[in-house]
Amino acid sequence: MTTEVAPDVPREIAFPIERPPVASTGILGWLRANLFNSVFNTILTLLAAGLLAVTIPPLIRWALIDAIWSAPNGQACRSGGACWAFIHEKLRFILFGRYPYQEQWRPLFVVLTFVGMILASCDRRLWGRPLALLWTGGFVVIAVLMWGGIFGLTYVETSLWSGLPLTLILAIVGMALAFPFAILLALGRRSKLPAVRMISVAYIELVRGVPLITVLFMASVVLPLFLPAGVTIDKLLRAQVAFIMFAAAYLAEVIRGGLQAIPKGQIEAADSLGLGFWRRTRLIVLPQALRMVIPPLVNNFIGAFKNTSLVLIIGLFDLLTTANTALTDPNWQGFAAEAYVFTAAIYFCFCFFMSRYSQMLERNLNQGLRR
Amino acid sequence: MTGTLLRLAALGVIAVFGIGGSAQAGPTLDKVKQAGTVTCGVQTGALGYAQPDSQGVYTGFNVDICKAIAAVLFGDPAKVKFTPLTAQQRFTALQSGEVDLLSNNTTWTLQRDTELGLDFAPVVFFDGQGFMVAKKLGVKSAKELNGATVCVLPGTTTELNLADYFRANKMEFKPVVIEKIDELAAAFFSGRCDVYTTDASALASVRIGRASNPDDYVILPERISKEPLAPVVRHGDEQWKDLVSWTIYALMNAEEMGITQKNVDDMLKTEDPAMKRMLGVTPGMGKALGVDEKWAYNAIKAVGNYGEIFDKHLGLSSALKLERGYNNLWTKGGLIYPMPIR
Amino acid sequence: MASESATIVVRQGRPAPWRDPWLRGIVLQVLFVAIIAALIAFFVNNTIVNLRRQNIASGFHFMDREAAFGIGESLIAYSPADTYARAFLVGLTNTLYVSAIGIVLATILGTVMWLARLSSNWLVAKLAAIYVETFRNIPLALQLLFWWGLLRGAAPSPREAWQPLPGVFVSNRGILFPVPREDPAHLAIAIAVALGVVIAIGVHRWAKRRQEATGQQFPSGWAALGLVVGLPLVVFFAYGAPLRMDWPALRGFNFAGGSSLSPEFGALLIGLVIYTGGFIAEIVRAGILAVSWGQSEAAMALGLRSGHRMRLVILPQALRVIVPPMTSEYLSLTKNSSLAVIIGYPDLVSIANTTMNQTGQAVEGIATIMAVYLVISLLISLAMNFYNRAVALVER
Repeated sequence: MTTEVAPDVPREIAFPIERPPVASTGILGWLRANLFNSVFNTILTLLAAGLLAVTIPPLIRWALIDAIWSAPNGQACRSGGACWAFIHEKLRFILFGRYPYQEQWRPLFVVLTFVGMILASCDRRLWGRPLALLWTGGFVVIAVLMWGGIFGLTYVETSLWSGLPLTLILAIVGMALAFPFAILLALGRRSKLPAVRMISVAYIELVRGVPLITVLFMASVVLPLFLPAGVTIDKLLRAQVAFIMFAAAYLAEVIRGGLQAIPKGQIEAADSLGLGFWRRTRLIVLPQALRMVIPPLVNNFIGAFKNTSLVLIIGLFDLLTTANTALTDPNWQGFAAEAYVFTAAIYFCFCFFMSRYSQMLERNLNQGLRR
Repeated sequence: MTGTLLRLAALGVIAVFGIGGSAQAGPTLDKVKQAGTVTCGVQTGALGYAQPDSQGVYTGFNVDICKAIAAVLFGDPAKVKFTPLTAQQRFTALQSGEVDLLSNNTTWTLQRDTELGLDFAPVVFFDGQGFMVAKKLGVKSAKELNGATVCVLPGTTTELNLADYFRANKMEFKPVVIEKIDELAAAFFSGRCDVYTTDASALASVRIGRASNPDDYVILPERISKEPLAPVVRHGDEQWKDLVSWTIYALMNAEEMGITQKNVDDMLKTEDPAMKRMLGVTPGMGKALGVDEKWAYNAIKAVGNYGEIFDKHLGLSSALKLERGYNNLWTKGGLIYPMPIR
Repeated sequence: MASESATIVVRQGRPAPWRDPWLRGIVLQVLFVAIIAALIAFFVNNTIVNLRRQNIASGFHFMDREAAFGIGESLIAYSPADTYARAFLVGLTNTLYVSAIGIVLATILGTVMWLARLSSNWLVAKLAAIYVETFRNIPLALQLLFWWGLLRGAAPSPREAWQPLPGVFVSNRGILFPVPREDPAHLAIAIAVALGVVIAIGVHRWAKRRQEATGQQFPSGWAALGLVVGLPLVVFFAYGAPLRMDWPALRGFNFAGGSSLSPEFGALLIGLVIYTGGFIAEIVRAGILAVSWGQSEAAMALGLRSGHRMRLVILPQALRVIVPPMTSEYLSLTKNSSLAVIIGYPDLVSIANTTMNQTGQAVEGIATIMAVYLVISLLISLAMNFYNRAVALVER
C-alpha cells in the first residue's frame, strides 16, 4: 500500500494562455454565425450582396439623389431620377380624385375617421358594445361628410366620390355589411334543413368559383337589366353590393371553420338549458366561433381591401384609378413609376399594418390554448 | 324552351306576389324633367370632344350638344350631368337608364340600331377611320402596314373595320386592345404598337392631346370606313328621341340661317317667318316638342350654332384644326342637311 | 328482464303544430325556397321585359356568327373570319395557358422563397421576408400595371431590339426566340417522354417494395432522370437529330417567324407568379411549422440526414396541412388571371368583354364566363382533392 504523497507541484497549473475564439461575439462573430458559416452560405451571401449592390444604389440614386422635388411641369422634371414633383402636383387628385376641390377637407376627415376606427378596433379593451357604438357613430359621421346636404355642407353626389376614401368605403362598409350576411350563410350551410343548406352551399360555391371581375361586371352591366324599367341603382351602390355578395361567400367559409370547431358538448349543454336555436346561436355558439376566427377574418379583410382596386375595370374612381388617371395629363407624362410606387406605398401601409396586427392577435388569442 | 318556362314561372310569381316590371317604356322626358338634369354619357377623355379639366369640368363638342339639350329643356345649359363611359360600358349604361343619352362619338350601324336596342339621333359628325403611325417608320400608305401591331379600342366599329381592311388587302396584323383610351394611347406612344387606329378626327385629338411631341406622328391618308357619329337614345322612346333630334337640327338650322350666339337676341326682331318659328317668336314649335317656346333660342344662346360649336372645339380655331369637309352645310358642299322646323 | 318502464312521464302524441320541429322545418324551408324562387323569377321577368322593350337580342345564336375582330395572341389557329364560339375558345386556351404556367412557376418560387426564409443565412432570410411581405400587401392590379409599364416602357423598339443570345430578340413587342421546325420526330419524342415517365413511376414503385422487403435502397431518382431525359434523347438521335429551327427575323416593322411572348403575357405571368408566390411561401411555412418539433428530433435520433428528414418525415405530414390552402391558392391564381383585361392580354374575360360589346348580349356573355370559371374551379378542386387523398393520413 503506497501512501499517496501530495504531489510536489504548485497548486496553480500554468495553462497555456489561449486566445479567445476568433470573434464569436461582436459584429464579426455575428457575421460569421449568420452569413459565412459554411461555403454554401458564403456563396449565397455573396450572391445576395451582389444583387443588392446592383439594385440598391441605382434605386437610391433614382428615388433620392437624382430626384426632383418641385418643378413647374413634366418637361422640367426629366433628370433620370424620380419626379416627386409629379406626386406633389397630383397629390390631392390621387387621394381625393374628382371630389370638389374646395370640399376636399371632407374626404380627408373621412380617411382620418376610418383610420381612427381601425386603430380603436385594435384595442381589445374596447371590444363589444363600445366598439359597436363607435362604428355606428363613425359611419354616420362618414356618411354626413361624404354626402353633405345638411349642416351647411354642400351635397356631393356619389359619382364624384373617389380616391382613397372610396377605396376605404368599398372595403370597410363592404366587409361590415357582408359580415351578418356571411353569418347567415355559414349557419345555413350547417343547417339541418336540406333546402336551406343546399341553397347556402350553392351560393357560396358559385360565388367562390368565379372571379370578382365577373361579379363586378354582373353588378355594373347585368344588374340594371334585372330591375324593373325606370328603377336605377347608383353605380357606386351596385359595386358595393357586388363586393358585399362576393365577400360574404368567403367570410361564410371562414366563419364555418369557427362553427365546426365548437365542441358538440357546448351545443348539447345549451340544448339542455332549454335554449332555442337562435338564442343558442347568439349566446353560446357565435361568440366562441367568431373569437376563434378573428385572425383569418383580418386576413380576409386585407384581401377585400386589395380587391377594391378591381373597380378600376368598371370605371369607379378608386385610389388605383385616380393614380392611373393622373398619369394621362399631357403636361405630366411618363411618371408611371412614381405614381405606382406612391400608390403601392399607401396600400402597403394599410395591408402590412393589418397583417402584423392579425399575427399579433393570433399569438395573443392562442395564449390560453397553448400548453 | 327554357325561356318559355322561365316566363311562365315569372308570370306565376307575378300572379302570386303581385310584382313585376312595367312593360311600358319609361318616358325619359318625364324622368329628366322631374330630375331637373339631363344625364349625358361622354368619353372618358378625348380632347375637343369631351375632356375634363383638373377641376373635373367637361368641355368639348359632345359636351356642348348635351348643354344645348339642357338649355332646350330647362333654359339653363348647366343642368346637365356628365358620366364618363368607356366604349364597353356605354350601351349598357344607356340601356339600364344610367344615362339619358350618349353623346360620345358612337357610330350608327344597323346592328346597334336593331339588336342592341338603340336609336340614333341625327349624325353630328361624319367621320372615317384612319391610321396614325410614328413618322420615323417612314410609312406613306395604309397598304404598307402588313405585319404591323395595331392599337385599337375593343368593342368599337373600328376594331371590326380594322380586321375587315386587313383581310380585304390580304395583310396580317396583331391587335393590342385595351379598354381605356388613356391606357391605349399610352401604349401607342410608348412604342408598344406601330399603328393607332380610330376615327380620323379622334386620331387628331389623341395626337394633340396625348403625344409629348405631336409632330412625330402622321395620320395616313386612307379612310377605310364610314363613321357617321350620332348621339344615341334608348329604343322605343320616341318623344325623347324627337327632342334630342330637333335640338340638333335647330343648331344646324341656326348656322344655315346665320343665327349665332352673338346675334341671336337681335334675330328675335326678325321678319323672316322661318326664323320667327324657330326662335319661338311665332309660337307652336315648343308646344309640339313639349318644351318652352324659346327652346331653340335658349340652345343657341347657350352654346352657339352648329358651326360655332365645331369651330370652337374641333375646327381651325381649336387645337385640333380639323377642316369642315363633309361636316359643312349642304349649301357649302357638305353633308349637314337639317330638317326644316315648321 | 322486464325493467320498470319509464318513471318519467313522457308526453305521448305529437306536440302542437307550431311547436313541432319537423313541421316547422318544412314550413320554413318551403317559405325560404318560395322567397328565393320569387326573387329569381322577379329578376328573370324584369330581364325579359327589359330586353323585349328595348328590342335587345337574346339567346346564344350569336356564337355561330363571324366574330370579325382580331385577337393578338392565340395558341390555336384563329382569324377574324372564325366564329364567336372559336374566339371564346381562344380566350379559354389563353386563360388556361397562363394559369397553368403560373401555377407551376408560383409553386417553384414560393418553395424557393420559403427555403430562403428558413435559411440560416441572415441576409437571404431577410430578403425573402421582405419579398413575401411586400408583394403580398400590394394589390395585384397595381402590380400588373407596373410590370406592364416596365416591360413596354423599358424595352427598345423592334428595330433596335436587344439580342442577348443569337436568335433571341427582346423588344417592346415581347421576347422572340427560335422554335424547332415541325418534324415527325417531335411526336416520337413526346411519346418517349411519356413512356419515360411511366417507366420511372414503375421503377420507383418496385424500388419501394424492394426496400420495404429487403431494406436495400435503389437510386430511383437517378433512374427516373435517366429515363425521362435519356429516352427522348435516344429517340432524337435515332431520327438523325433534326435541328431545323424557325428563326425570328425583322421583316418590315415587326419580327416574323419564331415564337414570341408578348409584354402583356409577360406582365400577367410575372405579376401572377410574384404575387401568388408570396402566399405559397407562407402556406408552405405554416405547413412545415405545423409538424411538431418532436418529429424532427425523433428523426434526428434515428440518424436521418437533413434531406431524408425533410423528405421522409416532415414533408409527408406537412403536405396534409399544405394541400387544402394550396388548392385555394391555385384557384385564386386562375381566377386572378382574369385581371388580364386591365393590360389587354386576350384571356377569356377580355374576349367575352369585346363580344358583349360587339353583340350587346351582356347576359349571355357573363353567363358564359361564369360557367367556364365554375368548371375550371371544379376541375382544379377535383384534381387537388385527389392528390389530397393520396397524401392524407391512412387511418386504420
